[in-house]
Amino acid sequence: MNATKTQTPALFTTIIQKRLLGKGFLVVVALLALWKLTASFMAGPTVFLQQVINGFQLGFVYALIALGYTMVYGIVRLINFAHGDVFMVGAFVSYYAIARLELNTWPARVIPGLPNWLSLGIGVITVILISMVVCAFLAFTIERIAYKPLRDAPRISALITAIGVSFFLEYFGALPFVFTPNFVTYVRPFQVVNWVITPQGVSPLAPGQAPPDNSVIFSNISLVIIVTSLLLLMVLNYIVQRTRIGKAMRASAYDKPTARLMGINVDGVISVTFAIGASLAGAAGVLYATAFPQVYFVMGIIPGLKAFVAAVLGGIGSIPGALVGALIMGEAEVLSAAYISTPMRDAVAFSILVLVLLVRPTGIFGEPSREKA
Amino acid sequence: MFKKISREHVIFFGGALVVFLLIQLGISLGIVINDFWSTILRIGAVMAIVSLGLNLIYGFNGQFSLGQWGFYALGAYTAADITYRWYNDQSALGLTIVFLGVIMVGVAILYLRTVLSRIRGLDALSAFTVYFAATLILGIVAFYAGRALDAPVSSILITLPDAVSMQIVFILAVLVAALFAAEVSFLFGLPVLMLGSDYFGIATLGFTIIVKVLLDNSDTMLGFEEMKGARGMIGIPKITSWFWVFLALILVVVIMRNLLHSSYGRAIIAVREDEIAAKAMGVDVAEYKILTFVIGSLFAGLAGGLYAHINGFLHPNTFNFIKSFDPMIIIVLGGLGSMTGTLAASFTWAILLEGVLRLVLPQGFELWRYVVYPLILLLIMLLRPKGIFGDYEMPYLRQLLPPLRKKEPEPVEQAQSKLSEAAQ
Repeated sequence: MNATKTQTPALFTTIIQKRLLGKGFLVVVALLALWKLTASFMAGPTVFLQQVINGFQLGFVYALIALGYTMVYGIVRLINFAHGDVFMVGAFVSYYAIARLELNTWPARVIPGLPNWLSLGIGVITVILISMVVCAFLAFTIERIAYKPLRDAPRISALITAIGVSFFLEYFGALPFVFTPNFVTYVRPFQVVNWVITPQGVSPLAPGQAPPDNSVIFSNISLVIIVTSLLLLMVLNYIVQRTRIGKAMRASAYDKPTARLMGINVDGVISVTFAIGASLAGAAGVLYATAFPQVYFVMGIIPGLKAFVAAVLGGIGSIPGALVGALIMGEAEVLSAAYISTPMRDAVAFSILVLVLLVRPTGIFGEPSREKA
Repeated sequence: MFKKISREHVIFFGGALVVFLLIQLGISLGIVINDFWSTILRIGAVMAIVSLGLNLIYGFNGQFSLGQWGFYALGAYTAADITYRWYNDQSALGLTIVFLGVIMVGVAILYLRTVLSRIRGLDALSAFTVYFAATLILGIVAFYAGRALDAPVSSILITLPDAVSMQIVFILAVLVAALFAAEVSFLFGLPVLMLGSDYFGIATLGFTIIVKVLLDNSDTMLGFEEMKGARGMIGIPKITSWFWVFLALILVVVIMRNLLHSSYGRAIIAVREDEIAAKAMGVDVAEYKILTFVIGSLFAGLAGGLYAHINGFLHPNTFNFIKSFDPMIIIVLGGLGSMTGTLAASFTWAILLEGVLRLVLPQGFELWRYVVYPLILLLIMLLRPKGIFGDYEMPYLRQLLPPLRKKEPEPVEQAQSKLSEAAQ
């Protein structure tokens, strides 16, 4: 270390100026992760592929939740902790719609002789739509009662309020006459059909039959989740990019006072944003509960946090960013659960967040910050 | 040493002494304050220490941290492990290893800081890499050195009377746990404080979650069998007396007060008010952020160490991240940037939520507790967003500080509101 005082060697200066130590640290971490992934893949390619498919399934659910976060945060700069609980409400609403009202098969009961697949299709769409509408109304109410009066208060007040709303939704839901404090086994709206994908081709797997070796199982749950999520994403993208309200949202996110001067009803836009985000969370709740058939009053917390991390990872305010971030989160969670250890999956998720933000402080798709540093 | 002993000093320390003696009297004689209430009061004091640390980080320095609870957990489990080994196995192994590690890493960090600060243009991530490497190496050294030192230290401690050696181990354990939490927060804070405010919040929340996950699997993944993972750690000596928590609380208050009244304190508050302006005035923003973060976490670790020895039982669920909102809620209710408010809110929180609600309300109300609690929170936020105490301080803690920054209406909004008034 005497070198710094007397004469600085060229190598030393290069290391400092090019930030090689820090970069080296990141590279080492990245290489370790890559090595682990390759080793896992080599150990069993089909198992690995299976995990990747599971990761996609989870990632698309996270994407739907993350969109609500990214839109709300983009406009009001509030981490809406209650979003995860709106997701939980969506799951419970669909549970009641399916288990109590049997809405997943209503077309067959109304029009006898309707093909089963058509009836189920319409029924499932109905259930998802009901969850979405209930969640949208819930979020709209929350926004009007709890967040709107605090629009001009310090940001921490709104944040604490969001935490309060989150607690309220959870524990109000836990009351015996609302939802229930216990785990509830979810009734899937449709039968699970598994397909086995082998090098020879795709064949359906009979229930109870063991899958052959070196095969990947693909279920209709994954299919429904991915298709529904992609559809909703496209609808959302259309709304945000092509409609008047979408334009107003983007303008409000960019510069609220100016948007207001341009005649945009910013408060209305914020309410609509909350409602749209919550409806996506409601749909995500149905899909998540279908994939992991158990609903519980605090089920929304961890997926909510993961989704927020995904939104930050992809870049706040960016729709493709939320999708990419969510897919990374889903894959990271499933792969680390499979190859490192189940409890460490949350640790991996948050480590990825920190590492990505160190390299790109505004997320993968985020625009460079316009605010003060 | 003392320039002058002012009236405020007399009132504060005299008042503290009176409060301490009254409660101690109540505990010793068993009047008014039974075991239950004495536990509640100790938990209130512990909560006050955690919340003061968080108030330093968030209320005074403006860094939105949700990691306080994680450092609290680290402090609790570290201290508990040390005293557990002594209490049950008469082994000073935990003490020697952690003590050596903490001291060596601490010295190394302080030394490296002086060295690294002389290198111009060193980025934070590179600095972190250096610290991280040093910590790893010294940690391994401490592990083996600590094992070697275990036998001699134990043989010396065993010659003392049981109560005395237990107290010594306890005090050392709590201090070492606090330093441990502080050093972890230093290593964690270096890269993470570079992220923006809300991202920092999420990263620290992640830290709390990771700590909880590690504690859940402490027996399998970390190899600490005595911590028993998700079953909860039992067999910790119950030796946190009212005297120790009160002493710690007063120490924390005095340290924090003196820190905030010094030039460091003014710099810390300047960073909260406006980072760019502070930078322009020559304040090393990054330096003060990490300093406050480390001191705040030190308090959390200290509180954790004390908490571990109140009930003699630790469970990872106590350190669930949902509970990490408790200190946040306490400081916001008490008033951000108000030590008096934090103290008042912590004891109110403990006495009301942990004490009165449990005793007074009927059994079925347990379910409603967390329904009513957020409603109260919402009401206070809607009616009094600055907290109950605002930025009021009691005379001893008061300083001529700039008031908390209020959000000025932006010029455009002002113009617009005038326009809309004119339109009506």
